[in-house]
Amino acid sequence: MKTSAGYLLALAALLVAPLAFYPILLMKLLCFALFASAFNLILGFGGLLSFGHAAFFGGAAYFTGHALKVWGLPTEMGILFGAGLAGLMGLAIGQLAIRRQGIYFAMITLAMAQMAYFFFVSSPFTGGENGLQGIPRGKALGVFDLQDDLTMYYFVLAICVAGFLLIVRTVHSPFGQVLAAIRDNENRARSLGYDVERYKLLAFVLSATLAGAAGATKSVVFQLASLSDAHWHMSGEVVLMTLLGGLGTLAGPAVGSAVIVTLQNKLATGVLAAWVPVVLGVIFVACVLTFRRGIVGELRAIWRKSF
Amino acid sequence: MLTDLLGISPQVLFGQLLLGLINGAFYAVLSLGLAVIFGLLNIVNFAHGALYMLGAFATLGLVQFFGIGYWGALLLAPVIVGAVGIVIERLFLRRLAGVDHLYGLLLTFGLALVIEGVFVKFFGSSGISYATPRQLEGAVNLGFMVLPYYRGWVVVASLAICLATWVLFERTKIGAYLRAGTENPRLLQAFGVNVPLLTTLAYGYGVGLAAFAGVLAAPITQVNPLMGSNLIIVVFAVVVIGGMGSILGAIATGMMMGVIEGLTKVFWPEASSTVIFLVMAIVLVIRPAGLFGKTA
Repeated sequence: MKTSAGYLLALAALLVAPLAFYPILLMKLLCFALFASAFNLILGFGGLLSFGHAAFFGGAAYFTGHALKVWGLPTEMGILFGAGLAGLMGLAIGQLAIRRQGIYFAMITLAMAQMAYFFFVSSPFTGGENGLQGIPRGKALGVFDLQDDLTMYYFVLAICVAGFLLIVRTVHSPFGQVLAAIRDNENRARSLGYDVERYKLLAFVLSATLAGAAGATKSVVFQLASLSDAHWHMSGEVVLMTLLGGLGTLAGPAVGSAVIVTLQNKLATGVLAAWVPVVLGVIFVACVLTFRRGIVGELRAIWRKSF
Repeated sequence: MLTDLLGISPQVLFGQLLLGLINGAFYAVLSLGLAVIFGLLNIVNFAHGALYMLGAFATLGLVQFFGIGYWGALLLAPVIVGAVGIVIERLFLRRLAGVDHLYGLLLTFGLALVIEGVFVKFFGSSGISYATPRQLEGAVNLGFMVLPYYRGWVVVASLAICLATWVLFERTKIGAYLRAGTENPRLLQAFGVNVPLLTTLAYGYGVGLAAFAGVLAAPITQVNPLMGSNLIIVVFAVVVIGGMGSILGAIATGMMMGVIEGLTKVFWPEASSTVIFLVMAIVLVIRPAGLFGKTA
């Protein structure tokens, strides 16, 4: 009960947020919150460290951008198309990566994502260094004009809330429970008769699809798909957001991404602009050394201890 | 001749083969360092590329501030960077004992961001060149190709350091300890061997290998803060292909991948940047444990 009250409160806050904050920043926060939550599904709940999620995030941005700009697809179809292709990429990369475990899984996903990155660099449809610019926002469901930032905001909010609810539902479903069992003890889950590989692969595809949805939505908001979204730095950033917020907690990735995106925005204009990667690196090190449970995880631990 | 049939001049073919051998030598030295570190620390050292870059910058620094040239740097830079590695191990990695291996990867990733970020801040991301040592200037005409002495030296020196590492691990007492530490650190400790010290030294040695590669690279590539950041991803793929189980396996895989990459540059240039990842994918399908790996 308490958590659902928390969710309702958060939703209410998000509904009125554009009154107080710049909608573009809020939309960016939402997209990264969905991205990190999708990533957390595979790392926090599945125990698989993917170091290649930027390929899905950035890839979907390109696919959606191309579908909207060149084929003139309706906005929501374009986003579905991008997310769907990201899911297919997830199927291909996941098939390879689940053949190995632990750190090898991380290295394989990183390498495959790098391969995808080189593909995006050299493909003409991505616009190379300039990125895919001028993606039309279009109309949601053919009615709501997304050129208006506020309308766009509620459209993005709807997508992200739907994505988040899907993740919550997945985690609490029997499927999610088996996934957690695999994370905690793979051999035991296998000996209980679960087809471990299938569960991992399905979780990976779902995570990739939702990461794709986040990237696709971001490309519509900013009307731009660029190489930086597909670069391995982005894969590292999403790991950091999730770790900072709290691995394996539902709210953690959203909190972590909010902190990181806000921080980046603040730093980008100040004297520390050139130091952003260093700051992120320091947070990374501090997180791993001192609070591995992340913000939400630590708060929850304190809460449990005191009540 | 075969090259005539394919319409490719032998100069181009052998030139790329040589470049492939050089890249392969770097892959071999770097993946060997990763394997040494992984053996004792159970950590995939994401900072390896950044430390390789440090090796190259140490080479620049040594000549700039102390007037120590290439040959001195070849000896000193790995020692200096190895010392940096020992500090990193003592300050940070030590604290991760008993925690999931993934945290080691994340920690060293953070360190790589910090190290590279600081160097980009101070040196920009354009390259700085370093002169080829006087003794190795010039080239010899082999008839079918022109071989610059320095490039030949890089391959020879890399193979020599790899073989020295093999001898150290397989033929010496300390190597026996290191292998025992990889196998069962607690039992080794029970025999009175100082395993924490051994672990620190292993990290220092692995990092020193990366720095050695950095010194070798300085006269060939432009020295720049991000020279290791894409390289490390390729080296990871090489490690996945070969597995981290054996030293000779790491050397063989590294050289092989370099040559394959070089040949791809001749016959299918567009794919040359991705061919190693493709090979990795194929190996994962056919032989998931890797070419020289025993278990997944």
